[in-house]
Amino acid sequence: MLKKLLAVALAVIMIAALAACGKKTEEEADYSFADGDQYEYIGGTLNILNWGEYIDEELISIFEEETGVKVTYVEMTSNEEMLIKLRAADCVYDLCFPSDYIIEQLIANDLLLPLDYSKIPNAKNIQPRVMKIAEGFDPGNKYSLPYFWGTVGILYNTKLVDEPVDSWDILWNEKYAGQIWQYDSVRDAIGISLIRLGYDINTRNPDEVNAAKDELIKQIPLLKGRGTDDIRTNMINEQAALAVIYSGDAYECCDSNNDLAYVVPKEGSNVWFDNVVIPKTAKNVEAAHAFINFINDANLAARNTEYCFYSTPNQGALDLLDEDFTSNEIFNPTDETLARCAVFHDLGDFVEVFNRAWDEYVSATGVH
Amino acid sequence: MKRRVFAYPYVVWMILFIVIPMLFIFYYAVNVNGQFTLTKFIATLKDAGKWKVLWASVVMAFKTTLICLLLAYPIAYILSNMKKSVAGFISVLFFVPMWMNFVLRTYAWQAILEYLLPDLKKFLGLEGSVLMVLVYDFLPFMIMPLYNTLSKLDKSLLEASRDLGANSAVTFFRVVLPLSVPGIVSGITMVFIPAITAFTVPALIGNGMYHLYGNEIELAFKTLSGQGDYAVGSTLSIILLISVLVSTLIMNHFDKDQQQGGQLW
Repeated sequence: MLKKLLAVALAVIMIAALAACGKKTEEEADYSFADGDQYEYIGGTLNILNWGEYIDEELISIFEEETGVKVTYVEMTSNEEMLIKLRAADCVYDLCFPSDYIIEQLIANDLLLPLDYSKIPNAKNIQPRVMKIAEGFDPGNKYSLPYFWGTVGILYNTKLVDEPVDSWDILWNEKYAGQIWQYDSVRDAIGISLIRLGYDINTRNPDEVNAAKDELIKQIPLLKGRGTDDIRTNMINEQAALAVIYSGDAYECCDSNNDLAYVVPKEGSNVWFDNVVIPKTAKNVEAAHAFINFINDANLAARNTEYCFYSTPNQGALDLLDEDFTSNEIFNPTDETLARCAVFHDLGDFVEVFNRAWDEYVSATGVH
Repeated sequence: MKRRVFAYPYVVWMILFIVIPMLFIFYYAVNVNGQFTLTKFIATLKDAGKWKVLWASVVMAFKTTLICLLLAYPIAYILSNMKKSVAGFISVLFFVPMWMNFVLRTYAWQAILEYLLPDLKKFLGLEGSVLMVLVYDFLPFMIMPLYNTLSKLDKSLLEASRDLGANSAVTFFRVVLPLSVPGIVSGITMVFIPAITAFTVPALIGNGMYHLYGNEIELAFKTLSGQGDYAVGSTLSIILLISVLVSTLIMNHFDKDQQQGGQLW
């Protein structure tokens, strides 16, 4: 009996404590807009489709408070899933955050609404250099505004690699056999191999793709494995020396283990974007524009960046963020680094050639 | 006859989730972009690389089954000779891991082999590591039917064998072993079939560098841009389906000769 009472009492205390915690954060959620922007009442609903953990959700409640818009936030796990949802006849989304080459495809399929920049004054915060690169897949930045971005490079352990790392060649160096992670994604893996051979990552020459594939097959005996998210833990725990990685993940790894370093090789690399777009089927275009303007407010973008840990293209936010972030090459790549990086383009039907090369490569990794 | 009505939910279930999906597989195998064509189907059948992977999967499943049998038989035999209460307790220990999801356990092995015992993984190699985890995962499925058969064995037969002058080795090989064949066949079926279609274990333990047939099918369905090759993936699925069917028929054939004795399923 006593035990039961005790358990009930404990439960009550815990619930009370939880409730108290919830209240506190709500009260503490003070915020201010960099330009003292006042948002007018818009109302209605706004359906957002975005990657998981890719926004500070408190921003959404602030937006709801300011504009009276009811936001529905849906998460996706891949660009392809998003593409299917946007192509569906009954698409309900007002805002979406696809990657570069998918935006190119969406534009080609006439699925996007041109942005009305007069309603997005905060677009001025986005670095012009980033806008310029983004024109590679969205000429004139007509349909999309960069949200987060980054590069692809090599993450290495300075304790295990004593020579300078500045070239993709090191991933083919027999000295590091069994200590190298390759990225398990077609465009990234074949792209790296293409760059190393001096070819364009968006090549439409089958011979070049096959040469890149042959190089990848040569690399197989040196690999510890091929992966995506699992690479991070493995590198942090020093189970491998070198890995292909996205800059956003690299920042997290270097933060957890000081012996890790990140480099964008001299031959060049891929620069990637996740931009915000408004699908043609959007019902609440007014709220969609207001939201884009809202997340690009310097104060809020800074806060969002500190939550997501990805590189922000927002200069206003960068000015507010800690030196540690902004002076970090992983987080804020220099112009020299960017000059040697290229964006992925939609490959159209040529994708078949990449697919076949990839199929052959992956089958070769599993040879018995 | 009215009781038939209770079977309807299952019939509906079967049509929705077994028959229709199978029809989809056959449809996609011979249709590309809505047009009937056999080119991809035939090209996949001719692809020697895929057959090699199928053979590797069969060999892997065979090894898994053999090791499971060699490990499980003595365990089941010892258990069946113990006092019921003790045996019950010990067999629970064998089955406790099965209360946890199989994928979670495989994740645990991934962490153990990668971070706790990296030397063991180096020693075993990727193939050896995959084999070890497969054996770990499927061992209870072998112990269960064996224990069930052996514990139901009529002990007076063993006494009779000894009375007639057979030593324990002869008793085991001429009496116990033949009588436990139904359990062995059940165990083999329950290990071999899931092992040949293994997908999670090689995916999680193989560092993306060791594929079995299941992984090959996944690869076909999700290549670049999600525009997976449904025709190839479906063809591979059909081949696997037939392989499993053939294995089951072979097992059943063995089983037919031995209908007596305890069987779990």
